[in-house]
Amino acid sequence: MDDPIVVAEGLHKNFGDTRALRGLDLAVPAGTVCGVLGPNGAGKTTAVRILATLADPDAGHARIAGHDVVAEADRVRALIGLAGQYAAVDEKLTGRGNLRLFGRLSHLSRRDAHRRADELLERFGLMEAADRRAGGYSGGMRRRLDLITCLILRPRVLFLDEPTTGLDPRSRGEIWDAIRELVTDGTTVLLTTQYLDEADRLADDIVVIDHGRAIATGTPDELKATIGDRLDVVLEDAALLGGAASVLAGLAGAEPVPDPESGSLSVPLARGGIRLADVVRELDRAGVAAADVGLRRPTLDEVFLRLTGRPAEDDPAPDQSVETAPAKETV
Amino acid sequence: MAVLAPRPPTTWTGRLRWTLVDGLTLVGRELSRLRQEPGELIVSLVFPAIMVLLFGYVFGSAIQIPGGGDYREYLMPGLFAMVSFTSAMSVTMKVATDASRGVMDRFRSMPMARSAVPFGQTGADVLGGLLGLVIMVVTGLVVGWQPHRGLWPTVQAFALLVLFRYAMSWAGCYLGLVVKNEQTADQLLPLSLPVTMLSNAFVPTGGMPAWLRTVTEWNPVSALTASSRELFGNPGVPAGHTSWPLEHPVATVLLWSAALLVVFVPLSVRTYQRKGR
Repeated sequence: MDDPIVVAEGLHKNFGDTRALRGLDLAVPAGTVCGVLGPNGAGKTTAVRILATLADPDAGHARIAGHDVVAEADRVRALIGLAGQYAAVDEKLTGRGNLRLFGRLSHLSRRDAHRRADELLERFGLMEAADRRAGGYSGGMRRRLDLITCLILRPRVLFLDEPTTGLDPRSRGEIWDAIRELVTDGTTVLLTTQYLDEADRLADDIVVIDHGRAIATGTPDELKATIGDRLDVVLEDAALLGGAASVLAGLAGAEPVPDPESGSLSVPLARGGIRLADVVRELDRAGVAAADVGLRRPTLDEVFLRLTGRPAEDDPAPDQSVETAPAKETV
Repeated sequence: MAVLAPRPPTTWTGRLRWTLVDGLTLVGRELSRLRQEPGELIVSLVFPAIMVLLFGYVFGSAIQIPGGGDYREYLMPGLFAMVSFTSAMSVTMKVATDASRGVMDRFRSMPMARSAVPFGQTGADVLGGLLGLVIMVVTGLVVGWQPHRGLWPTVQAFALLVLFRYAMSWAGCYLGLVVKNEQTADQLLPLSLPVTMLSNAFVPTGGMPAWLRTVTEWNPVSALTASSRELFGNPGVPAGHTSWPLEHPVATVLLWSAALLVVFVPLSVRTYQRKGR
């Protein structure tokens, strides 16, 4: 495979006493979607701003298609598109007006700017709203307009900073479709998100960052495999939890976690797994009736919880609030 | 269709050309915005006319001009000066809005000329201001104001008004880049009004306490008003015994404009280009 198109090596960035990045490494192969996952204040936005030439790192290097983001910022800007956390569109212009404006500012000829605007509106389903003021668009439409505004010059790398934060599920789906559409063009996408399902659905590779550092990297499946599958068993009679637990412990080679409330047990499985038929037969033999037996892949939430010690979408813990502030306030 | 990103220019002439082209595009943006908001356009055009009528007839019925003369003749240069001064706040507002909505970051992440944004914003303000000025002139003519000293002084008077407005728009641009927040900018907006009131724009300063008179005499709005009165041949030109700025209003306006430009053009360009966090 070619060299990665986005490379970050040992990025450090401090804001006063806050250490937003502490040696972040990233490598995104061309034509893939890289999901940067992390809790609030983990340094996601700071990383994107450095890669998109909006901020300089205190230490470390980053290159886009071989061009240094500090020394060759102009070259980099011609290769990238950035959609920040806000829909950065001119609300007083129409959708078409926005695309034409940014087309002209990208130094396209008037004709090319107009043609490109119409192409994008058509392709991403905004043609009907093209002549309405962007200020009157729904949140989802505004985000989509913001997204396609980045596409005017067919960027080779697109940075999306929490592209669906605050959107309803339907609008999120539309943004996801738009992102998938881009990838078929060969655009490399680096997106930050705190929604794990978003990363799971869109990303080829996931980088989990916390406290300004990458703490895990891999495909969604690889990350999930680090936890392994789980076996969930729901009993008809909660009184038999003890008996069921010893059966499952014998099969799985690990201690099951009983939940007396719901009369269920959950046990992590070593790699290689287990056959459901064996579970049912062994439970039957022990005289335990199971209402439900299921093998379950871990969700990325569980991976995330395991890696960072806290859930992704929750409000930051009090001791994180200092770190949260700069990342949010900057855009 | 392949859309190619044009290479950023490497020569300084090329960069200058990009700055001009991008600046003009941003001026065009302001015009398109007005087209989308006919209501806003109408308000911004009707407002100067309303001010002429309001001040002209409400104040005009009560205020005596020292040395005689029609109050509306006296008022028009003051209104021209006031609008030239307060327009800075609308630039602040626009720049702060762009900054807080992320539009500024989008500009920054694009391969466009780096100083085009402040140049475009201030240029657009002056162009829009010309339109408002025309409306005010027409309304002024209707209510009985007119320049009395012929073409050349009249041109000079308007040139000073436009120059000062342009210089102020750079100050406004800088302020917008610093506050980066439309709410804050919105709260700053009314602050420009007292500054214009602390001047000779609407009332003669003769009756003010000495300290207040000193403040008003050194207010650039007073100098701008005085220069207009002098060049238009309107009443209210102070006689002899006053401070330096009012004895040399034209030079004062030129000095103020130059000072504002020298300070705020580099500051704005630097602040815009400075990489944030």
